[in-house]
Amino acid sequence: MSSKSHLDIKVNKDGAEYTFLLNGRLDTITSPDLEAKINEATPDAEKLIFDLSKLDYISSAGLRVLLGATQAMEDKGEMVVCNLTEPVKEVFELTGFSRLFTIK
Amino acid sequence: MKELIVEADRMNLSEVQAFIDEQLEEAGCPMLTQTTIDIAVEELFVNIASYAYGDGSGNAAVQVSVNEEPLSAEITFIDNGKQYDPLAKADPDITLSAKERKRGGLGIFMVKNTMDSVSYEYKDGKNILTIKKNLN
Repeated sequence: MSSKSHLDIKVNKDGAEYTFLLNGRLDTITSPDLEAKINEATPDAEKLIFDLSKLDYISSAGLRVLLGATQAMEDKGEMVVCNLTEPVKEVFELTGFSRLFTIK
Repeated sequence: MKELIVEADRMNLSEVQAFIDEQLEEAGCPMLTQTTIDIAVEELFVNIASYAYGDGSGNAAVQVSVNEEPLSAEITFIDNGKQYDPLAKADPDITLSAKERKRGGLGIFMVKNTMDSVSYEYKDGKNILTIKKNLN
């Protein structure tokens, strides 16, 4: 298998605020890793920040994980997505995800 | 036309995408278009890997040809699994709020809306799905 499908996830915790820095591709293969890390954070998180400046690919599998995160934060906090690259921005606009969370 | 035959297993996704990318790069496909095609390839291949053979296993063939004037790629996915037309599924409502949103259906929706044409046929016991995209 080639190393094409790869995602580095850095998580920074500042009190109840979690920042996820994603570097690589959020696809069918890598999205379960991110989902697991989000699930670890959400019980006590009040704010989730996703820095996508180094994410150059997202498929529906990745969208499902982000949707799950924003649904988990409903009524208990806030979710912010920032620094979208061009390919990710196109996917967000096409699927209406640009309207689902705060984008900076 | 070039063809890759692999077991319909999501772990083979990278191999399928690398195969497609090689042809697209050779054709001088712009990066953003390549990413768009890669996403469509993922959605369609993972769909086959997830549903075509139920709990069993089988192969998927991926064929790609690049045509000139206009420069375009045609990619066909073939499996021998159960008859299933993914295009028949209703589109998700993308105007709903996060709370009301369902998790499924976005993959095929993206394929339909990013490719220049998408067609499905069931022939001789095979599901045949073809996408076409101009490379500009």
